[in-house]
Amino acid sequence: MEITPSLLALQLVTGIALGAVYALLAIGLSLIFGMLTVVNFAHGAFFMVGAFIGLYFMGLTGNFWFSLVLTPLVVGALGLVTERFLVRPLYGRGIDYPLLLTFGLSWVLIEAMRVMFGIEGLPSSTPPELRGAVDLGIGFFPKYRLFLIFATAVVVLALWLFLEKTRYGLIVRAGSRDGEICKVLGIDIARVWLVVFGIGTAIAGLSGVLAAPTRAVNPEMGIHVLAESFVVTVVGGMGSLPGAVLAGLLVGIVFSLTSLFAPDLAELSIFVLMAVVLLLRPQGFFGKQGLMS
Amino acid sequence: MSHTPANLRRRRIVMAGTAVAAAPALFNIARAQGAAIKIGFPVPLTGAFSAEAQDQVRAAELAVKEWNAAGGHKGQMAELLVRDDKLNPGEAATRTLELIEKDKVNFVVGSLSAATQLSINAVTKERKVLFNSISQSDTINEAKDWSLYTFHEALNPHLTAGAVGRYAFPKFGKKVVYLTADYAYGHEMVRGFQRAGAGLGVQTLADIRHPLGAADYSAFLPRIQALKPDILVLCNFGRDLVNSAKQATDFGLKQGTKIIAPVLLYTSRQAGGADAFEGILGGTSYYWGMEDKIPSAKKFNDAFRKAYNGSVPSDYGALGYAGIRSVLQAVKDADATDSTRVSIALRQLKYDWYKGPQFYRKCDHQSVQSVVIVESKSKNMKDKNDVFNVLAIEAADEKNLRTCEEMGHKVTT
Amino acid sequence: MRQAFEFVRRHRVAAVIAFLMVFPLLMPYHALAINILLFGLFAVGFNLLFGYTGLLSFGHAAFLGVGSYLTGIAMVHGGWPWWAAVVLGVACAGVAGLAIGFLAIRTRGIYFSMVTLALGQIVYYAFYKAERWTGGENGLRGIQVPAVEIGGLRLDFLNPVTKYYVILAFVALALWFVSRILASPFGAVIEAVRENDRRAAACGYDVARTKLLVFVLSALICGLAGALRALHLSIVPIDSLHYLLSGQAVMMCLLGGMGTFFGPFVGAGVFLTLEDVVTVFTKHWMAVVGGVFMFFVLFFPSGIWGTLVKRMERVR
Repeated sequence: MEITPSLLALQLVTGIALGAVYALLAIGLSLIFGMLTVVNFAHGAFFMVGAFIGLYFMGLTGNFWFSLVLTPLVVGALGLVTERFLVRPLYGRGIDYPLLLTFGLSWVLIEAMRVMFGIEGLPSSTPPELRGAVDLGIGFFPKYRLFLIFATAVVVLALWLFLEKTRYGLIVRAGSRDGEICKVLGIDIARVWLVVFGIGTAIAGLSGVLAAPTRAVNPEMGIHVLAESFVVTVVGGMGSLPGAVLAGLLVGIVFSLTSLFAPDLAELSIFVLMAVVLLLRPQGFFGKQGLMS
Repeated sequence: MSHTPANLRRRRIVMAGTAVAAAPALFNIARAQGAAIKIGFPVPLTGAFSAEAQDQVRAAELAVKEWNAAGGHKGQMAELLVRDDKLNPGEAATRTLELIEKDKVNFVVGSLSAATQLSINAVTKERKVLFNSISQSDTINEAKDWSLYTFHEALNPHLTAGAVGRYAFPKFGKKVVYLTADYAYGHEMVRGFQRAGAGLGVQTLADIRHPLGAADYSAFLPRIQALKPDILVLCNFGRDLVNSAKQATDFGLKQGTKIIAPVLLYTSRQAGGADAFEGILGGTSYYWGMEDKIPSAKKFNDAFRKAYNGSVPSDYGALGYAGIRSVLQAVKDADATDSTRVSIALRQLKYDWYKGPQFYRKCDHQSVQSVVIVESKSKNMKDKNDVFNVLAIEAADEKNLRTCEEMGHKVTT
Repeated sequence: MRQAFEFVRRHRVAAVIAFLMVFPLLMPYHALAINILLFGLFAVGFNLLFGYTGLLSFGHAAFLGVGSYLTGIAMVHGGWPWWAAVVLGVACAGVAGLAIGFLAIRTRGIYFSMVTLALGQIVYYAFYKAERWTGGENGLRGIQVPAVEIGGLRLDFLNPVTKYYVILAFVALALWFVSRILASPFGAVIEAVRENDRRAAACGYDVARTKLLVFVLSALICGLAGALRALHLSIVPIDSLHYLLSGQAVMMCLLGGMGTFFGPFVGAGVFLTLEDVVTVFTKHWMAVVGGVFMFFVLFFPSGIWGTLVKRMERVR
């Protein structure tokens, strides 16, 4: 088979679009781990819930943009409830307990979606404004996926601005570095944790609604995505935002290029990458306690 | 604190326990005369294919009801024992063990994935219980897995892919790319297509394997774009097909390439929507819209409509119906309810339950049947059920199956 | 009451075996009882690492799966007799434990869990792709044990009752083995490592070697569970190696009580029975099981048996 430069370039662009979704998911996971030291095993489930709620709002209002704004708010609210009533009682008991709890929570969320929306899932289609493919010169690429890349960049920028340039963002960064001192300084650290968990899950929900038009939306869609999110988070470094973004893009590109040369090894390759990183440099690219800008 | 010595207490518990365990046995002896003919029905009621499975249950119950209404077998009625195998082979094996050991079923009919039917078969053949499988597999008829008690009501990938290939290749072109789910079923479909295409001068440009259950196919599509095939074959199933069809549409592959799939499920089409499936054709074991051509289809559809509020049976539903009805007919023909004699009668059966004449090939008990070629509709749909156009029906022909020798069978009678 | 409890505690292996001997009478059907035996053993093996040593592995399905597959492959492709195949399955699971353990113990905490997840998934994909040996997605079929011959006595393995007691014999042996380990000085070192591995190192114990040894022992036990499972189901399904099964081991240990001897069995029994029973009433069994699990994590982290044990101790 002929590998032309334009094919390679198109494959690269595809990898970046893939990586955008991975990056968003990893950001949410990393935020929650960096701040609360909680491994959110329900992250894939929140992604899935976001996709369903997103389609529901799209069906209700006929407007994609409206749904794009509303869905993360709804999923974030669900995250707030989860943190306040399910995760908070487990702090201080050890790192394993919130992990286990969120594992059980994912089962409940999956079944809840089945009950609410049926076992088959919902049909999804690309919003009419973003339909069609664009000739990039190297080949045809779906307009929607370009939008995905753009949307991810916007979210990452917004998050960076929030963490770096706002007062609350400063509190969040400080809290992740040393929660005790913050408490001593009079900051209600419990509330900060609550908000961060909500933001993390809101981002997961956002990636769900963004991903919905590209794939089948069904209750099981989060299971697959969870393993991949862990790979990205580990490679980037748990607790690091730039790490999550970089690793997301890297994993997307690795997967895409492996698919070109050895498609049946593509899945395996990302787990090998994860194992290699964990064994040689467990903290990933930029992993450290606390969020770095 | 009790004063009874420990071992006396233990003995009492064991005696009580034994009595409890023995009691049901007494029950069974009393009930043996006039006992129902029990058919175990393990299907994935929960999981990705629960919609199909529930349709299988509905249709199977219809078959049982009809047979019982006609008097059963010398007054013995049939009973369907439905179990959930959760689309999981380990669970399917456990359920089958439960059905055979605890419920003492006479026969087993079921399942909806290659892996689960093979695991059910592993359990039933060891215990010499008749099993009629109602979902696709090329492997279950091969000598390694097969036994005299193993029957296969459903289509197999080789036949389905071959039929679609024979229809599509002459019409749409010779340069073909396969996007294949990387598991046995996917490979079997590719083999079926390639075999059908060999005589027609069809050229395989690429066979691209994707992981089973992949959500995102974008990594594979640029390469397919670059190859510019006449035909793109989506060799996958269910949700994978919905995803790959959608994304192929997004990447603009439909301009210049005809997309075909070996199996087009009614439920996949509903889930994927008209846009994604626009212009895609594929094969299926049954589509209700056949009723204007096939009289037995009309009869079956009407009975189903009457029993279930006007809904029509799906492809897998029809298989559930046929799987049960064949076995019950064989009970009558054999005038017996044990698996050995019923298997012998089933081998000789010639029938037409819903889609035209069928029979089981002697060497491997594969049901020789027609394959329906359908194309997805996106305009002029009369109602929500009218989603396919029937393009052609390839008649039942033993020649389209792999030969007995190829499957490893030495006996051909 | 207290005396009985103390008696059971001191002869815990005998007590558990006695209970398991009458267990089938409590269960609706034997296949379920056997599954509980096997998953109970799997959970006990897992618990050695998780409850007693404090290492949460998410890749333990690899050892169950390797045990199952190697036993199956030896029988189906090699024509080996069942008992030789079981020995091979267990041995290979031990080797896998050595390999994965060696790599995994270089990491700590959450990274340990993540790396076991990744390594477990690699094993999964490797077996998935080796279709000629393992059957791939279709699983390995054709494992037939019509009869078991022990010293001239021929037992019908297809008879569910006989099958249960043959498997129980192996499980009993494994349980005795685990009990010996835990009661030995090595068992004390294991628990010391769990409580504070830095302090254990300061006391002069070779923590890395301890962890690795426990890893291998755990893998051997889980491998035996897998080998027996292959004989029980007549097949080896590919999901024997998937991380969802590893997750089930975690759930069972927590439900039953980590760090207790009998807890994992209770957990396995409750989990599997719940799954079985709930399916009859509703198809939303996932929500019920998930909900029950969350309830335990929040309110009864010591698990059913663990809470019982704690209560007994308080009575003292």
